[in-house]
Amino acid sequence: MAMKGFKNFFRNMFSKIFGGKSEIKLGFYGPPNAGKTSLANRICKDWTGEEMGSVSKIPHETRNVQFKEKVEIEYKGRKLTFKMIDTPGIATKIDYEEFLKYNMKKKDAKERAKKATQGVVESIKWLDDMDLVVVVLDSTENPYNQVNITIIGNLVARKIPVLILANKVDLRKSDVKKIESAFPEYEVIGISAREGTNLEEFYESIFKISKKL
Amino acid sequence: MVKKFGKSLGKLKGFSIQFLPYSEIRDLNSDERIKKILGIVLGNNILFLQGKLKPEEETRLIGDTMALIGHLKNFRGIELAVISGNGEEAGFIEKVRKNLVNFLTKGDLGAITIVGPATIVKEIKRNPKKIELFLS
Repeated sequence: MAMKGFKNFFRNMFSKIFGGKSEIKLGFYGPPNAGKTSLANRICKDWTGEEMGSVSKIPHETRNVQFKEKVEIEYKGRKLTFKMIDTPGIATKIDYEEFLKYNMKKKDAKERAKKATQGVVESIKWLDDMDLVVVVLDSTENPYNQVNITIIGNLVARKIPVLILANKVDLRKSDVKKIESAFPEYEVIGISAREGTNLEEFYESIFKISKKL
Repeated sequence: MVKKFGKSLGKLKGFSIQFLPYSEIRDLNSDERIKKILGIVLGNNILFLQGKLKPEEETRLIGDTMALIGHLKNFRGIELAVISGNGEEAGFIEKVRKNLVNFLTKGDLGAITIVGPATIVKEIKRNPKKIELFLS
């Protein structure tokens, strides 16, 4: 116990003297079904060998905030430790009848909707705790969605650095340029969480932003 | 532009469009603003609010909306859109003027916030050139 206290003390002192955080809280935010968990899973699998959560075609699969602590990522000889926080998709409406289209029983659909609404509230509460947020958008969808604008507006108001990822570039309908023109003030990186496309560029940006934290 | 999925407007049970000038919420605190907006929307109204909410009020509106789903019969949430000139096309003087007006009026009066119940407003589609309301 005393040893752990000493370790934490020296780690904190080191961070204060040399700058930077010992563990960066990296949040994954975005609308439902944009691929937040797919991306978090890929990163976790690559660096820890374990995934974070389940993925599904049915929206609101992630209904609780999920964490993975001490994820050490190495990029060009530099190492950073992250606490990865995968959040439920933020939406302004949740209709249990939408889930019935996926052959779900009415009772299960209602339960899923109830948990999903709680998940949105939880996601919003966690906004204040992030050091850095990756906003994951589906590049096959229209980016001019108020949820996207609200999330980014809140991060800016809280002075939390933002990186926008245009996910699903492996799909034919993907349009990264549309996301770039919707958010011209932000860096947008096109990736495919499923295929692992362009993750190098993602890591480069994350390390660049983390330097300033 | 208000559109409806399908061919006829016959199935609509009725709704109204309500315009709320910013002066009606200027002196309210965040709690009161959200309560007022949700009160209007829960009365089956599509609200056109002059100006826009603060970012944290927008998330609060979403959070409070989520808390109501499942507790109010037939309430499935809201559709929300904020139309605001981003000022990219404006020159320096125009931007300064706009910021000064916003500061003096304590709000962005050039913006319009649209909030409607999801049971009436199926979708608000927007792109840089137009905004469309699709009704259920």
